[in-house]
Amino acid sequence: MTLSLRMAWRNLWRHKRRTWLTATAMIFSNVLLIFMISLQLGSYDMMINNTLQAFSGHLQVQQAGYNDNPKLRTSIPNAQALADRARQALPGFRVTARAAAFALASSEQRSFGIQVTGVQPEFEPGVSTLPGLVSEGRFLQDPDAAEIVIGSVMARNLKVETGDELTLLGSGRDGSFAAGVVTVIGIFDSGSNDMDRSFAEVPLNYFQETFAMDGHGSSIAVSVDNLEQIPAAVTAMENLVRDGNGLVVLDWNALHPGLQQAIKADFASAWFMYGVLIVLVAFSVLNTQLMSVLERTREFGVITALGIKPGKLASLVMLETVLMSAIGLVIGVFLGTLVALYFNTNGFSYPGMEEAAERFNLPGDVYPSVSAIALLLGPVVVFMFCLLASIYPALRLFRLRPVEAMRAV
Amino acid sequence: MAEIKCVELCKNYQQGDAVIKALDHVTLEIRQGSFMCLSGPSGSGKTTLLNMIGGLDELDSGAISIDGERVDQLGKSALADLRLHHIGFVFQAYNLIPVLTARENVEFVMQVQGVPPGERKRKAMDILREVGLEGMEHRRPAELSGGQQQRVAVARAIVSQPKLVLADEPTANLDSHSAAHLMQLFCELNQAHGVTFLISTHDERVMRYAKRLIRMQDGKVIDDREQVPS
Repeated sequence: MTLSLRMAWRNLWRHKRRTWLTATAMIFSNVLLIFMISLQLGSYDMMINNTLQAFSGHLQVQQAGYNDNPKLRTSIPNAQALADRARQALPGFRVTARAAAFALASSEQRSFGIQVTGVQPEFEPGVSTLPGLVSEGRFLQDPDAAEIVIGSVMARNLKVETGDELTLLGSGRDGSFAAGVVTVIGIFDSGSNDMDRSFAEVPLNYFQETFAMDGHGSSIAVSVDNLEQIPAAVTAMENLVRDGNGLVVLDWNALHPGLQQAIKADFASAWFMYGVLIVLVAFSVLNTQLMSVLERTREFGVITALGIKPGKLASLVMLETVLMSAIGLVIGVFLGTLVALYFNTNGFSYPGMEEAAERFNLPGDVYPSVSAIALLLGPVVVFMFCLLASIYPALRLFRLRPVEAMRAV
Repeated sequence: MAEIKCVELCKNYQQGDAVIKALDHVTLEIRQGSFMCLSGPSGSGKTTLLNMIGGLDELDSGAISIDGERVDQLGKSALADLRLHHIGFVFQAYNLIPVLTARENVEFVMQVQGVPPGERKRKAMDILREVGLEGMEHRRPAELSGGQQQRVAVARAIVSQPKLVLADEPTANLDSHSAAHLMQLFCELNQAHGVTFLISTHDERVMRYAKRLIRMQDGKVIDDREQVPS
């Protein structure tokens, strides 16, 4: 240990209580920041997963241009065969093929424009939570049956119940007139008014026959277990469709551009609150170091008289701050990590959260993220601000006049 | 080094509405290897003169040169270098760094001078032995008596072998035995290493050691004479 480091360390403990009070403020803020940031990042992961698992999946294969301008003709040839190949190539992931079109749905009393989606009944529950949200009747089972599952608001608007028939009228992929009669076998309640009003699912085989798809589909949706797997899944799917006549792989960012923006906006607003906490801690450090410098004025005067330049003294004060902040950082990160790990294992919830989540077929607990960024971002920012806070006391030393300083009591 | 020339030094301090003449046209020459005392009552200008020669304070007018170099025209950084490498200071109140041991206090200045750690340690131990503090190198200032602390301060001042030592009332807080011991140490260093000593004091016993005695009053030199140390 160098003499300067020893000196800085011992200076720190000249006022043990003051040093510990300041370090404790850092420790507390670091633990709090770690918990809040990890919880926030964990809730974002959950939000992303829940949004993607509701229907879209974590990534999709589409024909180029379909995402911006969805048309029946902008489709994937042999969609089900491609989905089968994807399942074989990516055994850890859940894959389903879909086709979607707009149609006029008519009951005996009313007609409404809806989006009807052909899905693979066997594989759809692996990608979407919608099958689990069927509150009346059941979800699709037979891949060829003329059956339909509709949203609760649509059922109310069309005045239909399970067992009733709907007529679907639309335009086929080849431009022909598409028409079919389907039986309502299930009504879902997704919690999203838009989805419940205008969304319906039929078996993919039936859809392809009715809408003259000739084996084509609109998308292959892929679901993964956690967000970290997405880049690997995207690469694997890109390899699979490399020669696929203009097929592209879109991750959730491309499928839901607003989601990432909403997360960024939320994270930025949260930093305002964190900033208040960090500034308070920085002021505590400023106060401690300023007191420390002022009460050592005479000592600094003597050292300056011996020929030590102010820069050396300033670096000593900065070194003291680095050591004190390092104590706050190390202990804070250790305790914060323990807290984050505990809730990462056991989950975190507050009263009413589970009931609210249950309505959307979602997990009731948030699991804080224990990534390096969640554990270190807050404490590192606190550390940097504490160093910034010690600049002012350090700069005061440049104005020190040895004779006056040595007269200080 | 340590041929010092002070020419017409003037320094005034403002105290309320009154102007205090701390130095009033002081002119003197100090030869290399001198051992001299500045005496006089409080407020006579002794400490101010030491501070001016050491570059710790600024003159109102006049000129100070050490070995031909104008100290009063040096910048802050150059003055710090001058003090660090060529001048040793001993203060009345010891002024050791409380968190460092005796040896570390002596090493501190050498560290800033860039002396390698091994050499630093050896020199510090040698000088502490020379001032009679062998075995006390690991004690902090609070664990040393006033006389021992002052000897550490002396060790710190001379370890880098400066040519000039400025001592401001170095025996003021010491008992007569410690004061005599310290003055003998100064004499030895002056004789053995040719270090120039400029000591401000009230103490008649200290003045007896001086080869040259300057008396000051109201910022002026009123007497300047050579004497035989007793």
